[in-house]
Amino acid sequence: MTTFILKRIFFETLPTLLIIATLTFFMVRLAPGGPFSQEKSVTPEILENLKAHYGLNAPLHKQYFDYMKNLLRGDLGPSFKYPNRTVNELIANAFPVSFELGLYALLFALLVGNAAGLIAALCPNTKSDYIPMSLAMLGICIPSFVLGPLLVLIFSLWLGWFSVSGWDFPSDRILPAITLGATYAAYIARLTRSGMLEILNQDFIRTARAKGLPEYKIILKHGFKGGVIPVVSFLGPAVAGLISGSFVVETIFQIPGLGRFFVNAAFNRDYTMVLGTVLFFAILIILFNLVVDIILVWLNPKLRFRE
Amino acid sequence: MEIKRYIPFIIFLSIFSLLLGCAKQESRVVQGNRAQILHKGNGQEPEDLDPHIINGISEYNIISALLEGLVSEDPQTLQPIPGIAEYWEISDDRRVYTFYLRPDAKWSNGDSVTASDFAFSYRRILSPKLGSTYAYMLYPLQHAKSFHEGSITDFTQVGVKAINDQILQLTLTHPTPYFLSLLNHWTWLPVHPATILKFGKIHQRGTIWTRPKNFVGNGPFILDIWKVDQVIIVKRNEQYWDADTVRLNAIHFYPIGNPTTEERAFRAGKLHITHQLAFNKIEVYQQQQPECLRIDPYLATYFYCINVNRPPLDNPKVRQALALAIDRKSIVENVLKGGQKPALYFTPPNTAGYTSETSMTPNLQKATQLLAEAGYPNGTGFPKIELLYNTSENHRTIAEAIQQMWKKNLHIDISLINQEWKVYINTRRQQDFDLCRFGWTGDYLDPNTFLDMWTSDGGNNAAGWSNVMYDKMIEHAAEISDPNLRFELFQKAENILLTELPIIPIYFYTTVYLTQPGVKNWHPTILDHHPYKYVYLEP
Repeated sequence: MTTFILKRIFFETLPTLLIIATLTFFMVRLAPGGPFSQEKSVTPEILENLKAHYGLNAPLHKQYFDYMKNLLRGDLGPSFKYPNRTVNELIANAFPVSFELGLYALLFALLVGNAAGLIAALCPNTKSDYIPMSLAMLGICIPSFVLGPLLVLIFSLWLGWFSVSGWDFPSDRILPAITLGATYAAYIARLTRSGMLEILNQDFIRTARAKGLPEYKIILKHGFKGGVIPVVSFLGPAVAGLISGSFVVETIFQIPGLGRFFVNAAFNRDYTMVLGTVLFFAILIILFNLVVDIILVWLNPKLRFRE
Repeated sequence: MEIKRYIPFIIFLSIFSLLLGCAKQESRVVQGNRAQILHKGNGQEPEDLDPHIINGISEYNIISALLEGLVSEDPQTLQPIPGIAEYWEISDDRRVYTFYLRPDAKWSNGDSVTASDFAFSYRRILSPKLGSTYAYMLYPLQHAKSFHEGSITDFTQVGVKAINDQILQLTLTHPTPYFLSLLNHWTWLPVHPATILKFGKIHQRGTIWTRPKNFVGNGPFILDIWKVDQVIIVKRNEQYWDADTVRLNAIHFYPIGNPTTEERAFRAGKLHITHQLAFNKIEVYQQQQPECLRIDPYLATYFYCINVNRPPLDNPKVRQALALAIDRKSIVENVLKGGQKPALYFTPPNTAGYTSETSMTPNLQKATQLLAEAGYPNGTGFPKIELLYNTSENHRTIAEAIQQMWKKNLHIDISLINQEWKVYINTRRQQDFDLCRFGWTGDYLDPNTFLDMWTSDGGNNAAGWSNVMYDKMIEHAAEISDPNLRFELFQKAENILLTELPIIPIYFYTTVYLTQPGVKNWHPTILDHHPYKYVYLEP
């Protein structure tokens, strides 16, 4: 297992990150307009001074190597848009919020998704299958920019149970988590259903039934472990997506997360911020895919034997 | 095993307690009214709180609570009134201003505010290395431009002199009649020298002196908390010289960029004042809660800029025809609905007392005739031209309306092109357009902030238009002090602008926002400045 992890890190993760960093570095500079272009014109002298301050007047290859050198030390540089803050600081501020929100959303998605999928799989082609699955389809189809305001309208403005926006109290986490988690819950429900249906028809389940094991044990202990494998594969990129923040949900609920920085950095041509957030997101995806691979090996004996 | 049994119970309990926690409570606005805490929506997260670095009104809204300049603003008229300077003298040639500072003016750490603090601040913003994009606001000072551009390096040559701790003398290149109003621009605000130098050099950009524990200000409030993308809290500054006038105990600024989210927060009683209001909500508030809706005139013009070097737009007759064939009233009343005024000239009405006496008279017959004279009778043979705007629902709707009007009235086709903001700015700078949407906000209360834009060497003159007479008038207006004579010159310049039409004025902006009825002394002002020390809340 250790060799597997080390191999993944040195032969896959690091080269991937290098390619991503390089591509992003040059692509963001290709975009028209720069970090300092604004409504009112700036004289060439000031522009030169600004560029000099951020090292943007150096030849591109030198800028690239300087950036890489700093990157190796974990320094993502100063933000161009927010002059008194570094990219490291902005990510360190925003990520915990996105992480927390993502975690609740994941929890919601897993609880609702797995339960719905399980119920549907146990009574296939009955009402208990159609209803949760139709709801899941609805969950996939309703975009968060519709669901979010709808939830706010009902639970905040009409019923007054929750705050309309903000990130001040524990209760402020509920509506954004549901909005963010709904689509994932729907996917998980469908994946759980198909996974479970496949497993429940396997020989070892029949054997377990023949041995006279109680039904709940068959389903939860023998069936579920195999049935959630598709869900776990899906969770790798999904968790990375959930905890790295969502522009839409953060905007609707006024949450100080990473998603808005990620999107706005591109609009602002905040080169360092774009690079920083892209790399951070890439690391998250790679990390969670690695974790998922490890969990899959643990869940699926077949993979273990092959190793 | 034991713990597992309790898991459902624990989950139920935590959800229940969460729900209890969010049972209906007294709203933030009601609490704020009682405690004199103002909750204000403030648009975007501020880039910084350094007056020599910032670029926009969102930042100014906060800084104006933290710092005070030589003069301050009357809360209703925005006319300059004594600030840190108790009084001032102006020399006969109106080029030398001597400010006498209050002996009791203090920084929030207890230091006295001195004349040399102001001199230090002006030196800082004019330091080329700082890269301040608004430093040109100080150019009326003698030799300030040369110092900023690096052609002189000795700051003593610049027209700033601290005679002693209490007396500051500013020498101008020309008598600048709007100089005192100009002093209310954020670039003229002072910074605390010892604090700046504690965190870096005088010309160093992006130091952490603006963080809550570091910030030393001289305004009615001090910076207390800054949670990025969440809230900025300023609280009463007891060291402020006029602390007795200040009635609010704190102001909370929320960076809510999305107008829909902000409006919901207002509706739920989380905000006293919003930064903006979406156009589609204006009618709803007009009908249901007119007492909350505020539509104030704003010193800004919305117009289309014409690239006068591209045929067929190089022909003034074509430009006039286009300008005369727009029904501005219909755009303002049917599309915008935010109380905007149709713009038939360029400088917004009553800019420091100046209103253009000449104006365009929309006239379809004349427009058709002009187009025919230009060689395109009834629009025949008119080449297809493009109208560029930055991507936004509002700009698109206006552009479509005007496209329709030109099609219907002049029988000409234009195509619409939208570009993302920075791409659009880039295209505009390179003058790679036929027609281009533009908005211009005045920096200070004087017609000059609008009209000097169209001089041949104006950095924002995207039209590529140049007129020697116009340049001379604007230049001359900057040198004389007689207000009547100046306005006459501005009027003549504006006449040229309206005949040549390198631009098509469309409407004058308004600020549309919401306020709770409890907010008092929040007066409509043309620059959207609201000196906080007079504001209070009525429970």
